[in-house]
Amino acid sequence: MKVPILRQGNILIATIQSALTDRDLLTLQDNLSHQVIQFRSQGVVIDITELDVMDSFATRTLRNIANTLKLRGAKTIIVGMQPDVAFAMVQLGLTLPDIKTARDLDEGLTLLR
Amino acid sequence: MIGHEASIPIITDTDIVTARQSARELAKNIGFSSSELAGIAAAISELARNIVSYAEKGMIYIRLIQESNKKGVLVIAEDKGPGISDINKALQDGYSTSNSLGLGLPGVQRLMDSFEIQSEIGKGTTVTIKKWAYE
Repeated sequence: MKVPILRQGNILIATIQSALTDRDLLTLQDNLSHQVIQFRSQGVVIDITELDVMDSFATRTLRNIANTLKLRGAKTIIVGMQPDVAFAMVQLGLTLPDIKTARDLDEGLTLLR
Repeated sequence: MIGHEASIPIITDTDIVTARQSARELAKNIGFSSSELAGIAAAISELARNIVSYAEKGMIYIRLIQESNKKGVLVIAEDKGPGISDINKALQDGYSTSNSLGLGLPGVQRLMDSFEIQSEIGKGTTVTIKKWAYE
């Protein structure tokens, strides 16, 4: 399932809408990396409200995306993580160090402006 | 319990998603909280990923179980891959979860009520986990 990326001013918004395979996540990484240059975006919000699981691969890929985009000159904010997903992540020992998170899209956009 | 089990061949990353979704579907009606369901899904995701990463292919079996008056879910992840050379090391925190190697076994252990692993070099690995639903 492809993740749609919307553009609002100089911000890109990627909204994950269903369970993602590893390949979908890697495609998202590629697409965001290209689009921040193409659209001269300053910030990227990744909305993971609909994501039902964050396992080690998803965590690592989000971290990679944020680090890649930083090198490409854009800030990344992860928004909308469900409490259950956060709880399972903590128990698995997974973290997102150095990555900004916010509770919802509104807060995420505010952080970028 | 007939109709309360699933066997999922694990070969590609799509199968990882199928496995965790099947587990959620099966487990959602026996009293698990939503965070326990998320934990079960995350644990299965890690086990399925280990199969894809290390063994190339394997199976995940999910079964609803009952013991006296408690209900739960049993998951067996089985492969005929290379096996784990040092199980104790693989069960140490920080050995794997933070880098690209997968495993994540200590995390799976934390998420579950019981965790057993059998592995033999050249023969394969079987991980058996159980999680009970609180009444």
